[in-house]
Amino acid sequence: MIEVKTLTKRFGDVVAVRDLSFRVVPGEILGFLGPNGAGKTTTMRVIAGYLAPTAGTASVCGHDVAREPLASRRCLGYLPEGAPLWPEMTPRGFLDFIADVRGLAGDLRRRRLAETIGRLGLEDVLERSIETLSKGFRRRVGLAQAILHDPPVLVLDEPTDGLDPNQKHEVRTLIREMAPGKTIVISTHILEEVHAVCTRAIIVARGELLVDERPATLEARSRYHNAVTVTAAAEADLDRIAAAVRGLAQVAAVEVDAPDLRLTALPRAGEELYERIAELARVERLPLHGLRLETGRLDEVFRAITTGTEAAP
Amino acid sequence: MSAFSAVYRRELAGSFATPLAYVFIVIFLLLSGAFTFWLGGFYERGQADLAPFFSFHPWLYLFLVPAVAMRLWAEERRSGSIELLLTLPVRPGTIVLAKFLAAWTFVALALALTVPIWITVNYLGSPDNGAILAGYLGSLAMAGAFLAIGGCLSAATRSQVVAFILTVVVCFLLLLAGQPLVLDAFRGWATPAVVDAVASLSFLTHFQAISKGVLELRDVLYFAMTIGVWLYATTLVLELRKAD
Repeated sequence: MIEVKTLTKRFGDVVAVRDLSFRVVPGEILGFLGPNGAGKTTTMRVIAGYLAPTAGTASVCGHDVAREPLASRRCLGYLPEGAPLWPEMTPRGFLDFIADVRGLAGDLRRRRLAETIGRLGLEDVLERSIETLSKGFRRRVGLAQAILHDPPVLVLDEPTDGLDPNQKHEVRTLIREMAPGKTIVISTHILEEVHAVCTRAIIVARGELLVDERPATLEARSRYHNAVTVTAAAEADLDRIAAAVRGLAQVAAVEVDAPDLRLTALPRAGEELYERIAELARVERLPLHGLRLETGRLDEVFRAITTGTEAAP
Repeated sequence: MSAFSAVYRRELAGSFATPLAYVFIVIFLLLSGAFTFWLGGFYERGQADLAPFFSFHPWLYLFLVPAVAMRLWAEERRSGSIELLLTLPVRPGTIVLAKFLAAWTFVALALALTVPIWITVNYLGSPDNGAILAGYLGSLAMAGAFLAIGGCLSAATRSQVVAFILTVVVCFLLLLAGQPLVLDAFRGWATPAVVDAVASLSFLTHFQAISKGVLELRDVLYFAMTIGVWLYATTLVLELRKAD
């Protein structure tokens, strides 16, 4: 469990985190979102014990990070931002070092090393020096270090940053697989990630907590929530379809994306559009190629919340 | 294996991973040899001792040891690996001590490679090997003090160059604390007790006492305390930067 209570962190005159409180329980994967400079990394560094809070407290598994630093760090697997490593070491030497420092010995040590190396697919690069590894492998070595001692709490600062789509997928699968029984916090500014792995999302901006919700609830804030996107068969049909859809009483607005032969109809508050438009297409014999219900666009919600342009929900 | 020995071994292996290690050893051996024979007049003196060898060590260390010490923390801070190191379940004091001892071991290895000169002097005459051993111990103690200072200043900065320059300046002032250059700056305004206290901080005085073969407790204690104080200061610097 992670508990952050009225946490404030100041760097000189700059307030990086202001009066932040949240709690993450086992089984949850919390997505920690916010624009760059919002205070995500600072908060994670306080939880990991790298920075001392100016005011407030943070605790890991019930151990206050300032008063019981060693106990709280034993419960924690931490991937710092950018996954810093010692470039001259090999992944094997590095993981052996982490196992030594974490006090892993005997059978348990062998098992944890084998399992971690296998899980992150590091077998082929174990003897190469870390500086010669690709960014993806370096990130994986960093992750291996964080999960080696099978900690109950994981704090991962941008675990998929700089990875290619396949590697991102692998890391997300790994996080989901580890999730049962563990408390996990990941920071990211890739919003699809929230949808893909998180059970809960927090948005911070300028050091303050703005939103704490399930990803689906967050998506429902989008003006695209329950919107319907129609794909036309040909460009010539687009205007006719747009005119017909605009004629529906339930439609608040229509956005036309001509190059992709698409238009999106936004519903008035509380209205369902999908059935209406499907019906309309049948009756009017509209030449449609496809019809898709939108769940909401997180990037749009994110922008609205963090720039303060969103009306209260 | 304990966390201490894990950090110590990683640091020691790491110090040999850069070309700096080999540059340090080669330059140290070349210069200590050159100074002993050319400037120190090793043969011309006609005495079977290593006084000319040891007398140049403070000046060699003044530039070489800060070069070893500067990367101890500043490099980790620049690359970000310090965050990894300081979030492991290990006391900062343990890491400070392990890093220091690893760097000290490295310097001790370089010093041990000067053994041919000890063999030479034994071949040429019959020196007081007790005095030579004391000289080696004094030299190692002084290198340790320089390292502790350099490590602390390295922890206080992100730039290795700044750490190097600061360390050279601080070590230079401490070396010469017993000399007029430093003492005159105090004589004008300070009480004689303060001037004496500053003079007693001189590395050179304590080192020369030991390297003459007189292994006195107060000289040994002086270096031990200097190392202890600066290592403690390093842990304070790390704590301070955490709250920064």
